[in-house]
Amino acid sequence: MNEIPLLHILFVSTALFFIGMYGFFTRRNIITMLMSIELILNSVNINFVAFNKYLYPDKLDGLFFAIFIIAIAAAEAAVAIAIIINLYRSHSSIDVEDADELKF
Amino acid sequence: MTANLYLVLIPLLPLATFVLLGLFGRKYFKNSSGIIGTTSLFVSALLSLVSAYQYFFVDGKVNGVYQQVVILKHTWLQFSPNVSIDMGMILDPISMMMIVVVTFVSLMVHIYSLGYMKGEERFATYYSFLSLFTFSMLGLVLSSNIFQIYIFWELVGVSSFLLIGYYYDKPSAVAASKKAFIVTRFADLGFLVGILILSFEAGTLDFQTLIHRLTAPDSEFLHTAAAASFMGVSALTWGLVLVFIGGAGKSAMFPLHIWLPDAMEGPTPVSALIHAATMVVAGVFLVARLFPVYALSCPVALHLVMYVGILSALFAAVIACTQTDIKRVLAYSTMSQIGYMMFALGVSGYGGEDGLGYMASMFHLFTHAFFKALLFLGAGAVIHMIHSNEMKDMGGLRKKMPVTHLTFLLACLAIAGIPPFAGFFSKEEILTAAFHANKMVYGIALITAAITAFYMFRLYFTIFWNKEATADAHHADSSHHEGTYSMKIPLVLLAAGAVLAGFVPFGKLVTSDGAFLPTEMNPVFSIAPVLLAVTGILLAMSMYRKKNDSPEKISGAVKSVYQASYRKFYIDEIYLFITKKIIFNLVGRPAAWVDKNIVDGLMNFIATATAFVSELIKGIQSGKVQNYALYFFGGAIGFIVLFIYLWK
Repeated sequence: MNEIPLLHILFVSTALFFIGMYGFFTRRNIITMLMSIELILNSVNINFVAFNKYLYPDKLDGLFFAIFIIAIAAAEAAVAIAIIINLYRSHSSIDVEDADELKF
Repeated sequence: MTANLYLVLIPLLPLATFVLLGLFGRKYFKNSSGIIGTTSLFVSALLSLVSAYQYFFVDGKVNGVYQQVVILKHTWLQFSPNVSIDMGMILDPISMMMIVVVTFVSLMVHIYSLGYMKGEERFATYYSFLSLFTFSMLGLVLSSNIFQIYIFWELVGVSSFLLIGYYYDKPSAVAASKKAFIVTRFADLGFLVGILILSFEAGTLDFQTLIHRLTAPDSEFLHTAAAASFMGVSALTWGLVLVFIGGAGKSAMFPLHIWLPDAMEGPTPVSALIHAATMVVAGVFLVARLFPVYALSCPVALHLVMYVGILSALFAAVIACTQTDIKRVLAYSTMSQIGYMMFALGVSGYGGEDGLGYMASMFHLFTHAFFKALLFLGAGAVIHMIHSNEMKDMGGLRKKMPVTHLTFLLACLAIAGIPPFAGFFSKEEILTAAFHANKMVYGIALITAAITAFYMFRLYFTIFWNKEATADAHHADSSHHEGTYSMKIPLVLLAAGAVLAGFVPFGKLVTSDGAFLPTEMNPVFSIAPVLLAVTGILLAMSMYRKKNDSPEKISGAVKSVYQASYRKFYIDEIYLFITKKIIFNLVGRPAAWVDKNIVDGLMNFIATATAFVSELIKGIQSGKVQNYALYFFGGAIGFIVLFIYLWK
């Protein structure tokens, strides 16, 4: 079976990272921003898994990191959604432009 | 001497009363605080009488000489192996005499105040302050250490401040209490520096050691102290003069006397206790306590004491002639009498025959306490009835206030020096001492004695004779009478003191070296002062017994002198000029300018600069979360560039 070269996988993860970045900076909807962050995190996961498999096939460190990041991402999503709910309650909106009281 | 530690109770009982009444008085002892204070002081007074008897007549003497005994010594602060601040009690003739005077007069004032202060809002506070004062004064006279005396010295100053300002809703009382505190504080600075010099030279703070080291002729401490000089005056002289300045401030000697007349804003019993009988003689006591050093090692400082004393005596007597507020007349009379005690110390030498002035001074202090407290309490009774301090509101009161009238008359006779009342004997001793030492001082003292008789009887005749009972017109209601028994009993007891205190054989009891000093009355010598006093009385009688216009005529004839005396020789104005015009303009205003412009300016500049910079950069804090993310991202890129390309 013809293996997919590492470079291709890195292309995918880089594309995913910048898609996430783009979404994070351009979207005003806070839930979309949260989803963008998930994309960024998963691009990192792909990198970890890929490097682990191609460079150090006899070790598991990269996999552990990936699992660890998935767990953190889940916790982060829970916290973020709690924040979003509270934001909605106080501002009746989930647009980040509306929540700009904390300024000079 | 047996360890009679019950003596410790004498000062501690008033302290306990102070704590009790000060903490719980207003709540729990609103009405009984007077009784509590009086009872505890009564015990204290009894104990001091017993201990004085014990000391003077049972076991104070060794080979006919009264010993100085330290019965208690507790090291409180140890600075170095030799220098420590001790809390102790010293027993010697003057401290025993003082505790009797202080507790007795204080007891009289406590009893008197039961009636005088009845119904006051802060009755319990008043009694707690009185107890604090009594405690401090007793601590002062029993001090065995020069620093201990300084602590109690300040404590009596504080209690005096509190009691002068007792009517704190009266602006004049507040001003008077501040004035008293500031003036005596100023003098106490001298005292403190004096203590430091003396203790530095003697290497100790303990009275007995200090006196011994600074008087023994072969003492090396004395030689260094007398040799070290500053501005041409030896360190020893500086120390003693500075200590005397502290004493002069407390004893209202010229020119630090300005607080005493104003201090009369306090309740009258307080004036009787603090500003007549006890606290103001603390200065005399201090000089007496250090007397061996003054007399044996530093006659110059003693001369200063003499001149200040005689000047104050005459100066105050002249002012007293023209004052119209009865308490102020008495205040100046107090100052004059303390001047007497001071110059009596000043003309005295140490030991044997030379110590006559010392004995006379202590004798006068003793007798003066009785008749001056009596005069103040009598004046208090008059004020209580008339509700005014001004002499012109009084007159013809002798029938309405028989007890006050009689006791006041006795006190006036005593202070004027008419035999056989107390003042005669002590004044006679002072004049004898002055006569032998310095003829000029003797002359001035004689004139002062005549003036004293005049102004005291001016007061007496104006209050009790003069216009016939016109006071009725204003105070017609018959319920106004002399006051309660609690006010009359102290008057009678003090009057007994004023009559009999002169017969106490002081030459046997209180002398400079503790040994017996034979004194005899020389009738020929007494002729001049008694004659002068009688002349003063007769003059006052002719002017003030019946209402006539001779006082106005005489004051009109010497208008400038009268005016100067009435305005207290402009001393207050001079002080105001010096402080307001000179010190405020030359020191205060430049200092204020520096503070406002340089110190504050620096702070303001820092604040303005910070505000300016933050105004410039505050736009960064936009409140938009994606901006922050962008900064973060930019920062991360920056670090990556840094680490990859620039970090070698």
